[in-house]
Amino acid sequence: MTYLRPKFRHPESPKNNLGYTRQYYEGALSTLCAGCGHDSISGAIIQACFEIDLEPHRLAKLSGIGCSSKTPTYFLGNSHGFNSVHGRMPSVATGANLANRDLIYLGVSGDGDSASIGMGQFVHAIRRNLNIVYIVMNNGCYGLTKGQDSATADVGSVNKSGAANQFSTIDLVGLALELGATFVGRSFSGDKAQLVPMIKAAMAHRGFAFIDVLSPCVTFNNNPGSTKSYDYVRAHLEATAAVDYVPFKSEITASYPEGTGKTIRLHDDSEIRLRKLASGWDPTDRGLAFARLQESRSNNEILTGLIYLDPNRKDLHEMLDTVGQPLNTLTEQDLCPGQSALEAINAENR
Amino acid sequence: MKPTNIKDPEYFHKVVDCQYACPAHTPVPEYIRLIAAERYTEAYMVNWESNVFPGVLGRTCDRPCEPACRRGRVEEKPVAICRLKRVAADNKGPVRQLMPQGPFPSNGKKIALIGGGPASLTVARDLAPLGYELHLYDDHKKGGGMMRSQIPAFRLPESVLDEEVDFILDLGIHRHFNTYVSSMKDILSQDYDAVFVGTGAPKGGDLRKIPGREEGDANIHIGIEWLANVAFEHTDKIGKKVVVLGGGNTAMDCCRTAKRLGGEEVTVVVRSPFKDMKASPWEIEDAQREGIPIRNCMPPKQFVVENGKLKGVLFEKVEAVYDENGKRSLVSTGEPDEFIEADEVLMAIGQENAFPWIERDLGIEFGKWDIPVVDRLTFQSTNPRVFFGGDAAFGPENVITAVAHGHQAAVSIDLFCQGQDLRERPAPTVNLFHQKMGIHEWMYDSQVVEDLRYAVPHAANEVALKDRKLEVELGFSQDTGFKEAQRCLNCDIQTIFTDRLCIECDACVDICPTSCITFTLNGEEEEVRARLNAPAEELSQDLYVSDTLPTSRVMIKDENVCLHCGLCAERCPTAAWDMKKYLYQVTKTCQVWDIMAPVQL
Repeated sequence: MTYLRPKFRHPESPKNNLGYTRQYYEGALSTLCAGCGHDSISGAIIQACFEIDLEPHRLAKLSGIGCSSKTPTYFLGNSHGFNSVHGRMPSVATGANLANRDLIYLGVSGDGDSASIGMGQFVHAIRRNLNIVYIVMNNGCYGLTKGQDSATADVGSVNKSGAANQFSTIDLVGLALELGATFVGRSFSGDKAQLVPMIKAAMAHRGFAFIDVLSPCVTFNNNPGSTKSYDYVRAHLEATAAVDYVPFKSEITASYPEGTGKTIRLHDDSEIRLRKLASGWDPTDRGLAFARLQESRSNNEILTGLIYLDPNRKDLHEMLDTVGQPLNTLTEQDLCPGQSALEAINAENR
Repeated sequence: MKPTNIKDPEYFHKVVDCQYACPAHTPVPEYIRLIAAERYTEAYMVNWESNVFPGVLGRTCDRPCEPACRRGRVEEKPVAICRLKRVAADNKGPVRQLMPQGPFPSNGKKIALIGGGPASLTVARDLAPLGYELHLYDDHKKGGGMMRSQIPAFRLPESVLDEEVDFILDLGIHRHFNTYVSSMKDILSQDYDAVFVGTGAPKGGDLRKIPGREEGDANIHIGIEWLANVAFEHTDKIGKKVVVLGGGNTAMDCCRTAKRLGGEEVTVVVRSPFKDMKASPWEIEDAQREGIPIRNCMPPKQFVVENGKLKGVLFEKVEAVYDENGKRSLVSTGEPDEFIEADEVLMAIGQENAFPWIERDLGIEFGKWDIPVVDRLTFQSTNPRVFFGGDAAFGPENVITAVAHGHQAAVSIDLFCQGQDLRERPAPTVNLFHQKMGIHEWMYDSQVVEDLRYAVPHAANEVALKDRKLEVELGFSQDTGFKEAQRCLNCDIQTIFTDRLCIECDACVDICPTSCITFTLNGEEEEVRARLNAPAEELSQDLYVSDTLPTSRVMIKDENVCLHCGLCAERCPTAAWDMKKYLYQVTKTCQVWDIMAPVQL
């Protein structure tokens, strides 16, 4: 019986610029069902963090409750983590972010955790442009309670018991766009070539980076008639563009013919490059994003890729004009600057 | 790349690296699992079926399996396969009743086997149950050939050898011991349907051109002849100061034997550098453990003889110089020559084939270096009635190679006697067995342990050096044997991929500890290897390629460092991956033991 993963790895495993192999970014062995899409997303997160040379102690993973929210155990075993209350991860993340702005925050949630019980929390975190990567592992069902339809199940999608969903669906991408998320993308657990660079770009983005990842539930929602099965998703994928993330100071190695590529510079001077751009597509145009999203819905397509990006909007810290360093690094001198500072402030108000 | 044809028996055979590297293709993981299950008797029989001399080989094999062992690619050292074989032999129960039981009904054919070593004995074992009348000739008083005459008793106890030789002789072999065959013409004139020559490489190398060789002859011996004299107890002592010339396993056996026969200052002197020595590393270690110095880069220049008595050997000092093609030459360093005192010298500088007893007008053609022209597949010489095997066929090799030759020569002799085409050989026996018992349960112990290779205990020098017949290696205990057996990765439990079941969920890719599995677009092998999830630079290891999948990609698995842990199959939601035990058995004349049959012991 194997519940343990062998410790041996490929003897020639590549190392990143920090000298770590991919193994350093792994977590415990997954206890999710065999073939769960969530495990692939965990794999993509591991790969992305390995590729951007992340120092694991610089990242905090936060989650709520659900199959998706279990996954932080299965990746980045050397990073910080907080498994919070069902649907309340955005509040915990907001608090953590305000206390220590130097960490990279990775929120992991599911369609139940974000689109049902945690909806109130989710939408306000977006409004505030909290600086976080927020991944929803979206399988359209409540896998942990045996596969009832979730709020993201499409109208007409048939679940494993044979019943078609009649309730209107919540499109998390449309919602995030509406509420002012500054980075909105959608991907598929079975397409790491798209997902890995998108996670890398989201981590470099300052502000609320939302990625809706379709992640088939092999046990309860991978049946014919389901619109979140491996086969259905693969057959209806439509990508806006291929995404490349280019860290700052990297050599420019490719150029694209006019009209087929676009480069967007992020606040830290890293770049997102889009290849094979659909004609007339511009991910910085919010109106266009709405229209394209609507169009794909009418065509029964699942629009994936980077859908909207605003690299310039202020994040929560900038809006609140908070102190520029983590609270735990403030000394008594910083917090109690003394009589003269008080007098200066009073003088300003006279 | 084309989809891999896993129906080709050789594809999965190659994945079982130990078995593939073994000349006799012994199913190594199969018997290692039996040892772990304390089923030593069956483990012995799996060996006996394949390599005929498990007790002998468990002590003395050259172990081509161990450098091939996959374990050595993911950690420091391979599984101690050879020593595990000995665990099976040491702990076996009664085995004789599991072997073919004679007398066998005669098939009317009569075969002569010249030489009583491992090759001839293997032919005898494989043909006896079919009813052949087998006549074994050897000039010594007992069978075993070089296993008896050249391997010292402190490495291979006589009782172990006797037992395994007798298993074969007792199948009803006609013994002609103490009989030197001096004429092949004479043998061929008798009514033998076929003749097998397994006379080994009996001629030890000499240094006739070195000055002083003739004068010092009384105290200068040819290594293998001296070892044989010790084994048959014609020699029981040696001078106090001994120089052994040569860097192979025979040199190691000579020096260690000399140390036990009264040699006080025994020195091995090798002309080449230490790293180029031909002896197996463990045999060098054993010699060094017994306090025998090994001197390198010193070719002998002169045997110094004074007043008709050997005083020692004068050596030149050289260094190895390599040209741009990597070809080595030994060049004098210009240092003064060194004189090493010696009462006796043992020359262990290689051995050669010798066939003074085969007349050259019998249709048996001889090629370069007086080696007979022998077909590599059939072991038939240019005289269709005469077959060669073991060292006699292609020059000095080792016991396990001789056994492998014996099996194939026996197949050829059988086909020849039945009037069939020797090139249309029966196919190997292959089988795939289901292993799945539950979601996380397999019939094999799939968990990969992290233990490092266990060391085998040795008898203390003070005791061992006093008794030529006291075995030095003590072998693993049952407990250590179990732990070492658990290190085996079970490479014969194959990962089998069924493309039509795959939903491309990537679960196997994510879980694979050694990143063996990639789903990618197909291409030419060289280019594909460069873009897999982990480097696939070991070209001798195959890529397992599936048919095209619905996303127009293919599954490619690099067999190189697969741990056979079964996680891909455990994480596969559709059982597109399965683990199945692959059993490969080389073509033989008959099955003397059915590995697959359940046994009541």
